[in-house]
Amino acid sequence: MVLALIVIWLVLQISTDGIFLTPRNLYNLSIQTCVTAIMACGMVYVIVARQIDLSVGSLLAFTGMVTAYVQVHVIGNDSNIGWIVSIIVGIALGVAVGIFQGSWVTLAGIPAFVVTLAGYLMYRGAAFLITDGQTISPLNPTYERLGGGIGGAIGTTASTVLGVIAGIWVIFNAYNTRRQRKRYGSNQTPVWAEVLKVAVACVAIAAFVWTMNSYPDPAHKDADGNPIGTGIGIPVLILIAVMIVLTFVATRTRFGRYVFAYGGNPEAALLSGINTRRLLISIFALMGSLSAVAAVVTTARLNSGANSIGTLQELYVIAATVIGGTSLAGGLGTIPGAVIGALIISSLDNGMVLLDVSSAQRQIFIGLILIGAVWFDTVYNKRMGR
Amino acid sequence: MSGGATMSASTTDRGTPLVEVRNISKRFGGVHAVSNMSCDLYNGEVVGLLGHNGAGKSTLIKMLSGVYPQDEGEFLVNGQVVHLHTPRDARAAGIETIHQTLALADNIDAPGNLFLGRELRTPIGTLDSHRMEHEARQIISRLNPNFKEILKPVRSMSGGQRQTVAIARALYFNARILIMDEPCAALGPAETRMVMDTILALKQEGIGIFLISHDMHDVFEVADRVTVMKNGKLVGTENVTDVSQDDVLGMIILGKKPGKAA
Repeated sequence: MVLALIVIWLVLQISTDGIFLTPRNLYNLSIQTCVTAIMACGMVYVIVARQIDLSVGSLLAFTGMVTAYVQVHVIGNDSNIGWIVSIIVGIALGVAVGIFQGSWVTLAGIPAFVVTLAGYLMYRGAAFLITDGQTISPLNPTYERLGGGIGGAIGTTASTVLGVIAGIWVIFNAYNTRRQRKRYGSNQTPVWAEVLKVAVACVAIAAFVWTMNSYPDPAHKDADGNPIGTGIGIPVLILIAVMIVLTFVATRTRFGRYVFAYGGNPEAALLSGINTRRLLISIFALMGSLSAVAAVVTTARLNSGANSIGTLQELYVIAATVIGGTSLAGGLGTIPGAVIGALIISSLDNGMVLLDVSSAQRQIFIGLILIGAVWFDTVYNKRMGR
Repeated sequence: MSGGATMSASTTDRGTPLVEVRNISKRFGGVHAVSNMSCDLYNGEVVGLLGHNGAGKSTLIKMLSGVYPQDEGEFLVNGQVVHLHTPRDARAAGIETIHQTLALADNIDAPGNLFLGRELRTPIGTLDSHRMEHEARQIISRLNPNFKEILKPVRSMSGGQRQTVAIARALYFNARILIMDEPCAALGPAETRMVMDTILALKQEGIGIFLISHDMHDVFEVADRVTVMKNGKLVGTENVTDVSQDDVLGMIILGKKPGKAA
């Protein structure tokens, strides 16, 4: 998957005459990836548990409109804390909608496909009704930074510090795992492999931070009038936070273990005394909350709330998740994989824009990529004897 | 046809049964899957539960393991009435079940399955995977010393290894009552031997076992008594020393006790 991404990047770099892999384009790419990637992280849980959520694009619009409405028309967009309240309201709405959908699925036994297909229609309609189709703008200036636009990055110093912390964490984590395994006498991976893995991760982090720091901020110059670097975009930080939390939950907590167990064998999960209804409802609630987080990034980036945002987003999210190695048969998938899947899709989209490919042709191409990815998934599963 | 009347004579002087199934009934719509069924199980005893497909064995076992609620009757463990509404209740009562399907999550490794629903956790509440792996290795190596590669998804394990995981899961939590539903149905001869030896060892430790099997030979090897069901009803319970395999076959097919059949 990472290999596919590298190939795509190299091909685009060559065919765009070196425009693709520039700090400026990569900064934009990092921001463009975030909305799809944030939701794809949640979609991993949904699909691993043998469910589907087709409503996430419409729910993004609904929660985004409610957030914008609360921020501008209820509290006022000049309030310093109003935007925080509006985010909380949006996320609470996302959770409530998720519980609503999950309850229909588990308590009434209606397939998730049907429930969320209905949701796909309903929430788009609800997003329209909030302002009778009118766009809400402008939003709070501080809130706007969450979209990664002007002032939407954290600067070079903070980016470097975060990069160093990430590197130390990678090294510490590898060391700690070895120590734990030694304590229980478990098998160890060879030292050279571990060192290589850590080195690759550190180089990737350094390259990312360096690239983001190299993009000159169009809005700010230093005292001598020289451009200064923007650093990492705030949406990227939101995405990283979502990734860390959801990876942690998936691999280190009971909830995550049960999601995978249910996806592997729902009957086994039930017979093991797992409360499978609560489990599925929680998964839909999680997905709803992430749709609301993605709505924050979307509306902040546009500096407005419009009922058309997130159109077709559900398909990109599902495509990213599947391209990222999550099996539609359930039980198999990773959060970092889904983020790479989102990066692959937005790289293709971004690169084809640079190549002046029309929007219609881009859709055809990304559709073909999706078929290819699912085909790969099918072949892979057959090989593994699933 | 009442359960009490057909209890085997030798059980009367053995104190309180470990498990007592008392006049249990279960209907699915108009179908009487189990009606007025009674049987019991003592410490260190293996009771073979026999009957045709559809005789009600699985339904009875599912009620005992907390999957379905019963419509009528009571379950007693050590003389106390227990309410088995969920699999958790059954486990809390010391009843562990090895289902015919094994109920393993194929995508998860052996320690993950062993502790499924009862994970060991660190002080901060996260999964303690290292300790679970360690504990899993210990119990699995006791059951099957050749089984070392426990950290791969159980999907890619052999039938015997999967069975070992399922048995280890039941034993780790100090079950006093073990229900084994067709534990050897999908196994080869060597693996069947391993399971049979395990059953005999567990019996020595004082665990009571309900063994469901179609293989009369296996049942006669390890069981102390057989309880036969037909059409959801109890046919009878006999000591294996008092009856022949043909007698029991007669009970299964004809639904009559051997003495009356002759």
